[in-house]
Amino acid sequence: MLEIRDLSASIDGKPILNGIDLVVPTGEVHAIMGPNGSGKSTLSYILAGREGYAVTGGEVRLDGVDLLTLAPEERAAAGLFLAFQYPVELPGVGNANFLRTALNATRRARGESDLDAVQFLKLARAALRDLAMADDMLKRNVNVGFSGGEKKRNEVLQMAILKPKFAILDETDSGLDIDALKIVAGGVNALRGPGFSALVITHYQRLLDHIVPDRVHVLAGGRILRSGGPELARALEESGYAALGLEAVSEDTAAMAAP
Amino acid sequence: MSAFVEPRDPIQAATEGGYKWGFETAIEMEIAPKGLSEDTIRLISAKKEEPEWLLAWRLKAFAAWRETSEPDWAKVKHPPIDYQALHYYAAPKRKPGPKSLAEVDPELLATYEKLGIPLRERAILAGVEGAGEAETRPDVAIDAVFDSVSVATTFRETLAKAGVIFCPISEAVREHPDLVRKYLGSVVPQGDNFFAALNSAVFTDGSFVFVPKGVRCPMELSTYFRINARNTGQFERTLIIAEAGASVSYLEGCTAPQRDENQLHAAVVELIALDDARIKYSTVQNWYPGDAEGRGGIYNFVTKRGACRGARSKISWTQVETGSAITWKYPSCILQGEGSVGEFYSVAVTNHHQQADTGTKMIHLGANTKSTIIAKGISAGRSNNTYRGLVRMMPRAHGARNFTQCDSLLIGDRCGAHTVPYIESRNPSARVEHEATTSKIADDQLFYCRARGLSQEDAVNLIVNGFCKDVLKELPMEFAVEAQKLLAVSLEGSVG
Repeated sequence: MLEIRDLSASIDGKPILNGIDLVVPTGEVHAIMGPNGSGKSTLSYILAGREGYAVTGGEVRLDGVDLLTLAPEERAAAGLFLAFQYPVELPGVGNANFLRTALNATRRARGESDLDAVQFLKLARAALRDLAMADDMLKRNVNVGFSGGEKKRNEVLQMAILKPKFAILDETDSGLDIDALKIVAGGVNALRGPGFSALVITHYQRLLDHIVPDRVHVLAGGRILRSGGPELARALEESGYAALGLEAVSEDTAAMAAP
Repeated sequence: MSAFVEPRDPIQAATEGGYKWGFETAIEMEIAPKGLSEDTIRLISAKKEEPEWLLAWRLKAFAAWRETSEPDWAKVKHPPIDYQALHYYAAPKRKPGPKSLAEVDPELLATYEKLGIPLRERAILAGVEGAGEAETRPDVAIDAVFDSVSVATTFRETLAKAGVIFCPISEAVREHPDLVRKYLGSVVPQGDNFFAALNSAVFTDGSFVFVPKGVRCPMELSTYFRINARNTGQFERTLIIAEAGASVSYLEGCTAPQRDENQLHAAVVELIALDDARIKYSTVQNWYPGDAEGRGGIYNFVTKRGACRGARSKISWTQVETGSAITWKYPSCILQGEGSVGEFYSVAVTNHHQQADTGTKMIHLGANTKSTIIAKGISAGRSNNTYRGLVRMMPRAHGARNFTQCDSLLIGDRCGAHTVPYIESRNPSARVEHEATTSKIADDQLFYCRARGLSQEDAVNLIVNGFCKDVLKELPMEFAVEAQKLLAVSLEGSVG
């Protein structure tokens, strides 16, 4: 279970999150929607432990563990996974090597033994098949020369292999065509179950047609302004944030939210 | 409320890392008095029971050395070196040049065991080769040089059967004087530069390799250099000759004890490749780099040059430079034979207060000669890392080609990376390409790796190894693994 209590944060003294309260019980998938600059990406980075943000109040617990005191790698070890909105290129680093290093780091944190190259390859190939990805994806350098869609699929591949307890998908649907969207959604749905929960950040209802959320939250001005069932997302899609009495935030604030 | 990730003090973190080869061997040494003079040279020559011609050769070098001065063009700084305060000869007290491993001082064998250099030859019985062999490490013939003398050369009999000569150069002077006399100084003449002249005057040992016509050397050859004695310069001389159609792969490794004072290492390496010959020379340089505050460490002033004398010959230098307080080193190729090929693959890592000014020279004399330069510089801490490279196309180098790629990676914001390419073309048909990049390990790359569960240090290693991949893949397999580990150790704690 992920519990966010009264979380406030700022960048360079400018408040971005203004007291977020959000609970995602184990086994549930929640969606966060909201206008540009509402703090969605900031929230995901803060959960994952990116430097450059000052937490000014509140707490975050994953299954009771205080996440905010942990380094990013310790959060990963605790079972947290962030699918990046903009996956990062690592020139010269083979995707297979990266994945195996990450998997073994995670396994060690759980007290499990390392997988050797053969065991890993078997696991990775199965995951690739499920995501309709070619085997040569493993040979390429991490995200280097990948198309937008390939990068997003690579994030989901990592998630499928690392099997986190809690995943944050930060606009994983942006830049995906409809086929890729279905594959990505399939990857998330395959993990759904009693030991997995997720926070899906998106602008669009169409992803939520494929990953049907248990709850939908609307984030604006650094706060959760409204929560509801899947029908809330559909209402937003039809009438926009303004109809819900939510103002889109100015471009300045939007730029600030992405450091 | 606190920030999410406690920033680590990079300096503090850096000092946590350590040089793992810094121990000293307690062994009785025979050491020449400090200072350099004709008498010192006569003493060295006498100790080595050298012929008259070599003494004359050394004295000529000494005269040349006195005429020249230390080069000042490199981007390195150090207090003046007092050449009269050094010992120029130090040898473990034993008769130099033991005939077999059984004669080698057990203390020396223990030293090399501790360094992970196996000097014991594995007994492979005829007919049962490989039977019950648990170890998969291929055999490598090793020449071990301890301070001024070679203490052991392994697998000599196996090599002799193939016609390959692999022995200490002092022994080659006695056993194969014609070869030594013909080739010594033919690539790096005595008066070539200040440090080469110094080496020529006082060199004490090093390796000699001769691969006769048409012979492919049956195993990797390796020399392991160890400086142990205090206030002692190490001046080794390596000479490798591959006759027509011959090929050889040679590896060089080196370490030194951890001391507060600086030590001088001025080696000369000469390679000669005749028609269709191939020489691959790989170095993993791990001399003591000094401590995190810049105290101590080796001054590594080395002249390495290969001559592709024959048509279609090829010389390939691969170096991973992680050690030394100062590195001044430009392994070069003289591409004389038509269609000959020179390659230079380099990774130079500097951390703390290390300074490296390293690169290559590719001198294209012959037609259709080709050279490739891939240089990767990684700077961390307060270090300075300079790539300096010369590509010269001479008038007869019709259709010659060079491709150069220099990439610099910065870790932190107090280090420097510099690229100084010199390109001279005197032949309009020659083509020279130069590409250079400088980048920093981006915060988002580190965060991406850490978000996947990698520690900060593992993340840096992964990114650095990725950056160096084009060079590391040129190293012989087992050396590549060693080099990767070395990169990790060298950069320990470099990111705060």
